[in-house]
Amino acid sequence: MIRENPSPKHGYPGRLFVFEGLDGSGKSTQAALLGKWLAAQGYRVFRTEWNSSELVSSTIRRGKKKGLLTPTTFSLMHAIDFADRFERTILPPLRAGYVVVCDRYSFTAFVRDAARGCDPDWVRTIYSFAPTPDVAFYFRVPVKVTLQRKIASRLKISYYEAGMDLGLSEDLHDSYERFQGRIKKEYDRIALTDRMTIIDSTRPVEPIQAELRSAVRPILQGFPKGEALLHDG
Amino acid sequence: MTDRTYGTRLPGLPSDELGGKLIVIEGADGSGRSTEVALLKEWLEVEGHAVVDTGLRRSTLVSEEIDRAKRGHTLGATTLALLYAADFGDQLENKIVPALSAGSTVLADRYIYTLMARAIVRGASRDWARRLYGFAFRPDLVVFLDARPEILLHRSIGKYGSLDYWESGMDLCLSRDLFESFFLYQDRLAREFEWMTREYAFHTVDANRRPEEVDSVVRDLVTPLYGRSPKPPVRRRVRPTPPGPAASA
Repeated sequence: MIRENPSPKHGYPGRLFVFEGLDGSGKSTQAALLGKWLAAQGYRVFRTEWNSSELVSSTIRRGKKKGLLTPTTFSLMHAIDFADRFERTILPPLRAGYVVVCDRYSFTAFVRDAARGCDPDWVRTIYSFAPTPDVAFYFRVPVKVTLQRKIASRLKISYYEAGMDLGLSEDLHDSYERFQGRIKKEYDRIALTDRMTIIDSTRPVEPIQAELRSAVRPILQGFPKGEALLHDG
Repeated sequence: MTDRTYGTRLPGLPSDELGGKLIVIEGADGSGRSTEVALLKEWLEVEGHAVVDTGLRRSTLVSEEIDRAKRGHTLGATTLALLYAADFGDQLENKIVPALSAGSTVLADRYIYTLMARAIVRGASRDWARRLYGFAFRPDLVVFLDARPEILLHRSIGKYGSLDYWESGMDLCLSRDLFESFFLYQDRLAREFEWMTREYAFHTVDANRRPEEVDSVVRDLVTPLYGRSPKPPVRRRVRPTPPGPAASA
């Protein structure tokens, strides 16, 4: 059993860095860059993103198609997905002493489910198995900017991403802006209550990355290095 | 709406009072639950009530995934607990609530309590399980069929020809021996049902008896829900003695 260097936040020997923000906020780019840099520094790094695991992605797709999903089941399906990812790919490296870089974490569920009208206390209870990260970065950016980035990179806006199931607007872009606006408002709120580190993500990539590196340095002070290892989970 | 559920508001549900009745039959595998559900359904329908029956793991949303997960045995305890919760949520919103809104009686062959007990014996905290299922509707009546482990054992063997892997809790690795695991597992489940009996006001019915006897007790519990007092026990109709040599003698 590895017992040295327990994190003051969650007690595991590894470290947990979380990247949160709207789609198109630049968090994935930054997470990948930080992971590379950490590995180059000689840390054992495990990077993972929250996109659907095999187990439930088919179910979510099927449920979406049939229109079977309600805010409650939608929330639970994502919780299953996260729990599976957590039990399988986040917890083991955290216990093994890795620096785990998570592109999206439980906060994603808190804001999305709140925007869908779920009881926030209930959602938090469900995710109470997820330990508090050493740092959670919130990449703050106006919804308009994410929409422009999406359009510029020709990414399609999905039905659920636009919150079309909530009937906010008949128009996909309009609904997207309203729904993502709700999510942003919730992010802005919990960033304070959950003591997230707010990153102004309207800036270019380089200064943001530099800021992140300075932010994690103190957390990693005295943290053991191993053979440089980067795992993209 | 929070008074209709166990504390968590369900978004997007009708706010008006739902007319139907929700009756839950709980009990271990082999407690005679399914038999009782069938008998009760038949009787309620004869009495003129529209009955919708529901059980666990029958929704279209994730039942396939649960079956697949069980075959592979690769899921963590939290993930599996949430899969069952999603399955239940799907049934609640797409089947139970619509039926209640239509004024039907919903007869549930097991409910959140079995799911909670299973999750807890696999490592979830009681508090987490209780709050996870906070969105469930409060039943009008919960009947808990209480049968001795030996009775469960015999009925289980009678049903499967052996003991079921999951109903014996073999995934918990309590014992490599199926028989021993069965007793250890049932004992742990029983311990969870014990606190839930108080917390959720179960009506415990002694199920170490024949189905008709159990059914008669359950009917007496169900009858007041429909605003009537329990009927006196049905007397068996005495068949007229057939004419024959014995009669004439």
